[in-house]
Amino acid sequence: MRITCPHCGPRDLIEFTVLGEARTRPAVAVEDLDSPAAVDAFAAYVYDRANPAGIHREHWFHGFGCQTWLVVTRDTLNHAVLAVADVREERP
Amino acid sequence: MSGFRLARGGLIDRSRPLSFRFDGRSLSGFAGDTLASALIANGVSTVGRSFKLHRPRGILGAGAEEPNALVELRSGDRREPNVKATVAELYDGLDASSQNRWPSLRFDLLAVNGLLKPVFAAGFYYKTFMWPAAFWEKVYEPLIRRAAGLGRASGLPDPDRYERVFAACDLLVVGGGPAGLMATLTAGRAGADVILVDEDHRPGGRLLADGVSAGGMDGPALAAQLVGEIRSLPNVRVLSRTTAAAAFDHGTFIAVERVADHLPLPQPEMPRQRVWEIVAERTVLATGASERPLVFADNDRPGVMLAGGVSQYVNRHAVSPGRRVVVATATDAGWATARDLVRAGVNVAAVVDARGSAPRGFEDVAAEVAVFPAARVDRTLGRGKVEAVAIAQAGGTVEVPADLVAVSGGFNPAIQLISHFGVRPTWEPAIGGFVIGGPVHGIHPAGAAAGRYDLAACLADGARAAVAALSEIGRTAAMPDLPSIEPGPHAAGTAFWKPGTLRPGRAFVDLQHDVTAADVDLAHREGYVSVEHLKRYTTLGMATDQGRTSNVDGLAIMAALRGLPIADAGVTLSRPPVVPLSIGAVAGARTGHHFRPTRLTPIHAWAEEQGAVFVDTGQWKRPQYFPRPGETSWLDTVNREVMAVRSGVGVTDVSTLGKIEIHGPDAAAFLDRVYANRPSRIPVGRSRYALMLREDGFVMDDGTVARFAEDRFAASVSTAHAAAVWRHMLFCQQVLWPDLDVSLAAVTDVWAQFAIAGPKSARVVAALVDDGDPVSRESFGPMTARELTVCGGISARLAAVSFSGERAFELAVPASAGDAVVRRIMRAGDEHGIVAYGTEAMAVMRIEKGHPAGAELNGQTTAHDLGFAKMLARDKDHVGRVLSQRPALNDPARPRLVGLKPVDPSTPLKGGAHVLPAGAAATADNDQGWVTSSAYSPTLASHIALALVTRGPERHGEVVQVWDGIRGSVVQATIAAPCHLDPEGERLHAG
Repeated sequence: MRITCPHCGPRDLIEFTVLGEARTRPAVAVEDLDSPAAVDAFAAYVYDRANPAGIHREHWFHGFGCQTWLVVTRDTLNHAVLAVADVREERP
Repeated sequence: MSGFRLARGGLIDRSRPLSFRFDGRSLSGFAGDTLASALIANGVSTVGRSFKLHRPRGILGAGAEEPNALVELRSGDRREPNVKATVAELYDGLDASSQNRWPSLRFDLLAVNGLLKPVFAAGFYYKTFMWPAAFWEKVYEPLIRRAAGLGRASGLPDPDRYERVFAACDLLVVGGGPAGLMATLTAGRAGADVILVDEDHRPGGRLLADGVSAGGMDGPALAAQLVGEIRSLPNVRVLSRTTAAAAFDHGTFIAVERVADHLPLPQPEMPRQRVWEIVAERTVLATGASERPLVFADNDRPGVMLAGGVSQYVNRHAVSPGRRVVVATATDAGWATARDLVRAGVNVAAVVDARGSAPRGFEDVAAEVAVFPAARVDRTLGRGKVEAVAIAQAGGTVEVPADLVAVSGGFNPAIQLISHFGVRPTWEPAIGGFVIGGPVHGIHPAGAAAGRYDLAACLADGARAAVAALSEIGRTAAMPDLPSIEPGPHAAGTAFWKPGTLRPGRAFVDLQHDVTAADVDLAHREGYVSVEHLKRYTTLGMATDQGRTSNVDGLAIMAALRGLPIADAGVTLSRPPVVPLSIGAVAGARTGHHFRPTRLTPIHAWAEEQGAVFVDTGQWKRPQYFPRPGETSWLDTVNREVMAVRSGVGVTDVSTLGKIEIHGPDAAAFLDRVYANRPSRIPVGRSRYALMLREDGFVMDDGTVARFAEDRFAASVSTAHAAAVWRHMLFCQQVLWPDLDVSLAAVTDVWAQFAIAGPKSARVVAALVDDGDPVSRESFGPMTARELTVCGGISARLAAVSFSGERAFELAVPASAGDAVVRRIMRAGDEHGIVAYGTEAMAVMRIEKGHPAGAELNGQTTAHDLGFAKMLARDKDHVGRVLSQRPALNDPARPRLVGLKPVDPSTPLKGGAHVLPAGAAATADNDQGWVTSSAYSPTLASHIALALVTRGPERHGEVVQVWDGIRGSVVQATIAAPCHLDPEGERLHAG
């Protein structure tokens, strides 16, 4: 498998580490950090990971390259890599 | 079968005779022979015994599909089992042995298994040997292991070298036959970067084996012409003796090059094999096709051979595998073989064609041989090898004397590499085989691999595939002029075994796994009708040949039994690798100490001089202890090192600690979000213990953070977690909080770092720093951290942090200065009796102090478990902030950190031992925790330990059992605070 890093070009899978689904960390006001809603939001953020058969947006780290976290959009059914972006460029 | 060398012809070099041995017999062949062709030339017909039934077997084919002719090659530590004699190039002095026979090939006592065939029927390992149970281990298993198995491994270390290399190209062409050569030439002429891999030592494929002519040239001449131009192109690489073994996503292929297998020994510095990892933009799959045998009774008798193999032996190797041949065919290919034999002067007794009359274009052959149209071979007869063939036709059965049956039941395109993507092929009735419709994953099948068997079609298809593949990547290639070839009909039919025609004798489908038509029938009757079940229940196609010659015959029989067309009965896939790979080739150079990289600290050489014993910590080599003359055990050494530090001063290497710099206007805010406490409150010039959580609220790592300026911090993280923490910090910076203005740098290898510990440590450090005496209790108290210079201008970072509980400093200097500085430290400490100490003494002292380390920071512990709950800042958000407060993570009943002291101080507590209440039985219900770290404390003259014990902090003073079921001990121990020594921390302030 190859991923085309926006900074380094096409590179082999072994240079990367996958974290899982690209999700957004809940933003909670300091005074609400202990609220049940905050716990629910963080529990969902940490544990409720989508595992789709199809298009999946994932966080990958180019550790043997430019040290950049990437958002890789790929199809889990056929392993096609559809888009790769530096996470700082790609805001959902 | 009684093979012999033909008087002339072939691509062998008769001026270079080669001698070789088979089962101890001295034989001879010529350069250009394979082991198989040389055995045929010497009249050898039986080359091995079959896997389960130990039936004598001969050579079936002439290529990589060979299921029968597996031999052991070489001897001693180079002995290699399961080498296909059909692709092993002959070399002078080659030494081969047959397999699966005992005591000899002719008198194999285990052939009695043949009489037990009912025992070895389909699914036998699910049904047989089940009773009595006790017999399994003692009787059945040893017997089966003795009897089964394909060949013997050497059992010795592999003396050879292997390499792994990487390559990239525009177009990878797999296979150097007519289609592959034409694809290579077409792409090469267009200037593309092309790699051609071909498993043979001589490119040409079937051009070298079939009696074809093209444009006035014979096959070898055409191959030579194509290869000549290909080799003249600088943009084309030709890898011979190389097999593409596996295909992976996005154009990645693994190929193995047999660099030295055709030589008696690899030359010095030559690898035996080389694994290529090739990344190709596009690929042309020109892997050809395997011929299918015919299923009839006793079709495994030596003397039954694939027609294409016979042609190759006759045309390329100049040997005839028999003197009187019956050709049994469902295709025109069988007729071509008959013609090859007739031209070579070999007696063809009959051509048996499952189809109607003799096909067009072979009238010349039909005129010279007896033709049995619409007939089939019923069975073979003979003792040990074929002596006659029973031919069944409408009028009855006739027996024809023969020593060779050349069979052609159609062809299976070699599409295994595409199969690796899970792509199922479809049945193409016109060619009687499974094909891949079009390009898949950038791979374009061409030639026989695409079901085109005629030479003219193969050449054109190879060129067409190259043009199409290159156009997909924006390159233009021109169709070449193709050699003019007399159109030869190459009709292929099928002649599958028909249920209900079962006769005495065994009709084999899978020769390597001894699966018969009757086994397929049995599987069907027992309900295993899916092709996937059929495969697993009968082991059809699961041998090392991956069912090249057997799968389709087996599927066809099942389809017939079910009354379905083949297209509807399903087809199985094959997995990588396409050919067996040697473990050595897969490992490449990564053996012994090259298995993974070794990291040495900047003062490794100094530690070696000091006689250090090293321990592997991940990739690092760390000094474990420094033995001195007279010390009889490692414990003597460690006790001395601990006592020297506690009473004087010692130095140890902590260069392996992960070091991360955090710089920028938002550095303090960033660290407040990464760590659970508040690094932003660290004053400039100070350092502080810091705790890092994962987002799920569990502890990720601990360490110290030092602040050298308002906007500049240095974090120290544990050796084992350095890479993960770095990745995590970058995640926080780039993904979670990209709006913070902060830069990170990983500087672990930039600094050499020492811990200088002990009541006299300040005196040693004072002698090193450049500007007077800034390390007094008042000026450089615990947790002070400053940038300064040492030893006359060497820039350094000095922090008064302690892992041992003593007054201690961590001194970091540029890695290049590390060696010089450690020697200065030793000189400065000489008058104070300084010792070098290792990781063992460090561990003893941290256990004495109750500091958690790797065994406690195991990813399953919370701040609450470790006694750090008060460090968690709740008035800010940070990673793990919300979920760390979940009640279950703060449950007092969780295993929590305590100290343990044996009631008898001389009794050791073992890591991993379980904690049970006093008097309780050793059951899982009574389990209350476990010992995480243990040591002998010379300071306290007692064994001590750290443990995670349920409700531990509430139970100080309670005596519990420490139960070690594996090593068989039960020790009474008292629960205590984790800190066994100096709980008030007074020692930190010494000197």
